[in-house]
Parts: sequence; structure tokens; C-alpha cells
Amino acid sequence: MNLITVSGPPSSGKTAVIIKTIEALKKRGFSVGVVKFDCLYTDDDILYKKIGIPVKKGLSGSQCPDHYFVSNIEEVTQWGLKLNLDILITESAGLCNRCSPYIRDVKAVCVIDNLSGINTPKKIGPMLKTADIVIITKGDIVSQAEREVFTSKVHSVNPKATTMHLNGLTGQGAFELSTLFTENNKEITTLKGEKLRFSMPSALCSYCLGETRIGEDHQLGNVRKINLNSDEGDKND
Amino acid sequence: MINEIIINDKPISYFLEKYPFLTSFFSENNLDITGKENLNFYDFLNLFTEEEKEDFGISTRKTISDFIIYTNQMIEFLGIQEDNGVNSVSIIAGNDKSGNPEKFEKLTIKKGEIICIVGPTGSGKSRLLADIEWTAQNDTPTQRSILINNEIPDKKWRFSSGNKLVAQLSQNMNFVMDLTVYEFLELHAKSRMVENIEEVIDKIIKKANNLAGEQFALDTPITSLSGGQSRAMMIADTAILSKSPIVLIDEIENAGIDRKKALDILIDEDKIVLMATHDPILALMGDKRIVIKNGGIDKIIETTKKEKLILIDIQKLDDKIMGLRTKLRQGEIIEEI
Repeated sequence: MNLITVSGPPSSGKTAVIIKTIEALKKRGFSVGVVKFDCLYTDDDILYKKIGIPVKKGLSGSQCPDHYFVSNIEEVTQWGLKLNLDILITESAGLCNRCSPYIRDVKAVCVIDNLSGINTPKKIGPMLKTADIVIITKGDIVSQAEREVFTSKVHSVNPKATTMHLNGLTGQGAFELSTLFTENNKEITTLKGEKLRFSMPSALCSYCLGETRIGEDHQLGNVRKINLNSDEGDKND
Repeated sequence: MINEIIINDKPISYFLEKYPFLTSFFSENNLDITGKENLNFYDFLNLFTEEEKEDFGISTRKTISDFIIYTNQMIEFLGIQEDNGVNSVSIIAGNDKSGNPEKFEKLTIKKGEIICIVGPTGSGKSRLLADIEWTAQNDTPTQRSILINNEIPDKKWRFSSGNKLVAQLSQNMNFVMDLTVYEFLELHAKSRMVENIEEVIDKIIKKANNLAGEQFALDTPITSLSGGQSRAMMIADTAILSKSPIVLIDEIENAGIDRKKALDILIDEDKIVLMATHDPILALMGDKRIVIKNGGIDKIIETTKKEKLILIDIQKLDDKIMGLRTKLRQGEIIEEI
């Protein structure tokens, strides 16, 4: 079975991209399943069911969504294997713009949209920088110039990736993406022992454990403070 | 071409001087090199602790490897700009949705030609355009193949982000950036590695103002341009700044611009123009029109002499309507047509 992880900011068009691509994969005779990871709520599983493919959803609730993703990815892989799928796609939102639940040697796709603003490629960290394929959506509603500028910004933060435009409404580009999903894949039987491409943000503070009160007296563990004394406006904080 | 050894040998300033486009690599990756240009890139990255690098979401190995790939791709990209590129695109027939062979063998479109695409919604216009953009090689649902300059095209057209084959202009497109016309064009020109920026901006503005009914200035915010002005800007900008040799126009009728002049601008810049339209003026202005039915090309019609004569009449009619529009805009009363 091939495993493909798709992630991207909320509302960038991940589900539309995946659905159009699955339609192309099905026409080519592949059996595909999806696991949707989200935080509080999703009804995307209904959309996947509608096109008749096996789907599971996982809601992280009060946990960090990407920590939840890694904690479950092996079980999810086994589910896909049990169903004898050719391709299993996981979909997850990068909620803090820092996470990158990509796994070494597993194809990683980042979906990002033209409307998200010209500085977005700069703001999204490993999720964009370490992806193998970058899909840019919503190109049908912005000007050619903006598409070109946006693509060149994506290119400068991740020159290694294949960057493609895909229209989630008409499906233009979906067939082409499906061919990238099926080439140079690694047959996966387990993810045990595999590694993430980039570490996740660390945190273990009192708030992780359910503290709700504000103030230094209630802060224990790994706590970081904003620097309000520097003159240049704390670029990296 | 650069590699790890050169990066180790030479300071950052050496690369910046030789390849000015790298300024954007550093800024987009949030690497502030001010005052550190004399270090080599490895030493620069070593100024950060492992913890800091993790905070920024970078790693030395990945950043160096991206730097090499980016630089080499840009060198290649700039090299490609120098040679002539695309002179013609050919479509070799495949099948329609039912698997029947298309009713033509090979269609070659040359630089400066205008080809219209007609057919009902859902007939397969998008798929045809996608085949061209992907330079299909008998490997898409239609089984079509695309040739460039009568040869099997280089894979670079599929995957290179700076060298897309097709630029698109459509009715639904809008400017979304919060910039003035000047800032916007400057940003676009920079991303295309243009050297004579002022000259290019000046040319675009002149052409755009020649198309639009109402003039606009360089300090106008692009989001407050009228529909016609936006369309005019997009067309002039695509003609002059976009490197894509093929321009696809999707329904620009009623755009409040001079449609003939718009096409002339694209043709003057040696573009191949593909236009999905049912507007009689635009459709008859084309050299040929492709009729699409059930996912396949059903017919290729060459615009007849009679049609060209009829076009003159339609244009006169159109001029009249444009004239009425101008009168209304200037606050006049309409007395006759």
C-alpha cells in the first residue's frame, strides 16, 4: 500500500483537491481510502462517503492535532492494509503554521491557496518547506500576475518540491496530480521505526495539563516569554 | 552551477553579487544576513544554536540543499529566457468521452495565431487546456499528445514553476493584493527577474490605459480599479511580463475594454492565443475555431471570408454601443443610435 500525507492551512482546499484526485485515481483502477484528521469538528467524511470510498475521521479534541496525528498514524496504516487499499491518503490541517506531520520516505503534499496572502509562504514553516509536492489552489479567481508572484514565493522557500496548480472546482490538474501519487512510491507495511521529517513544537507546561488560570504563579514547566524590551520588534517571536 | 564546495569556499557576498536573485531567497526564508555577508553560508547558519534553528523551523542540511537547488534552477531559468522558446504548439488527436477517435489528425498553432474554442459548458474545454498545460503524451484520459516546435516537449514544462506553458485570463479573476498599481507591477517584474523595471512598468501602463475606457494612475490601489481597468491591466501585464508563451482567455466578453486592441497586444508580444468564447466579435477575430463535443474535438473551422466581412458589420455595431457608453459616462443625453 502507498501512503500519502496531505496537509495545509484550514480552508485551503485540501478536501476538494483530494476528492478530485481520487476520482482520477479510481478511473485508473486504484482503490483508495482516506483518513481525515481534524481538531474540533469535520463533516468532510460525508463528502468522501458520497464518492464511495472508505473513510475514517479522527478528532484530536483537547490534544495538539499534530501530536494526535503521529500517535495514530501507525494504527491508521494498519486499517488501510486490512482493507487492501492501493493508496491511503491522510488529510490534516496544519493548525499552528509550524507543524509538519510528514514522515521520511512517505510522499508529503502541502495544499496552499492563492488567496491566503503573499507572505503566507514565508509564514508556513516545515509544512510547506519539507513537502514533496506543493498544490496551489484557487488560481481561477486571482490574476495571472498574482499566481506567478505567489508561485515564485513558494518556489523560493521550497525549490525542491514539484509545484502544481489545481482547480478544486473543475478538477483541472487533478488527473496530473494523480500520476504523481502513483509514481516512485514506497510499499508500506508498517511505520514502526520510521521518523518524522521535522520535530514538532515542544511543550509541556501547566496549561497542557488543564490549567486555566492566568499569571506567573500558575505557570510551570516549559514556558516561554515574549520579549517586550527589544527595539526591533522581535522578528522571530 | 553551484555546489557545497563553493558554498564552503566563498562568502555570502560572492553569491549575492553574482546572483542578485538570491536576495529574495534570503528574505523569503527569513534569513537576515545584514552585516554577515562576509561569512560563508555554513558559518552563517552556525551562528544559530540547534534550539534556535528548531524555533525557526529550519535545518542546516535542508537550507543548504535548498540554496543549491534554488540557485541552479534560477541559473537554468535565466538561461532558458535567452533562447527563443516556443514557436508552435501541436495537438495530436485522441478520443472523446465515449472513446471514439477525434475528428482531426493534428492541429498546429503558431506564434501570433488566435484560436477560439467553442462548445457547451462541460464539453471538455478545461480538459483540452489541461492537456496543453501538462504537455500530454498519450497519458491523459483523452489520449491526446502535445508537441512543441513539432517535437516531443521537455518535461520541464510539466514541473518547473517558473516556466509554465499557459497563462490564464478569465472573467472571474480579481486582484486581491493590497498594493498600488506601481507596487504591484514592480513586485511582478521582480519575480520575473526583469532588469529594466521602470521601462517595463511604463509600457504596461500605457498599453492598459489604451485598452480601458477610463485612465488610471500609478498610485491607484489595484483593488479599486473598475472591472474594465482591471481587465486591461491583467491583459497588458500578462502580455508583457508573463513568460508563458500561450495565453488562454476564458470569456472576456462585456469586460468594458476594447477587445480588438486587447488581442492585438497579446499578438504583438508573440503569444499563442487560445480563447474560449461565444462572443461573435472575438470568435470571428480568430483564425480558426475548435468545436468541442462530448470531450473531443469535433470540428476545426477556419474563419471564412464571408465571416470576416460579417465581422466588420458586427464591429460597427459594437462601436456604436461603445459610443453610447462613452456618452452616458460623460453625462450626455442619448438622441439616436
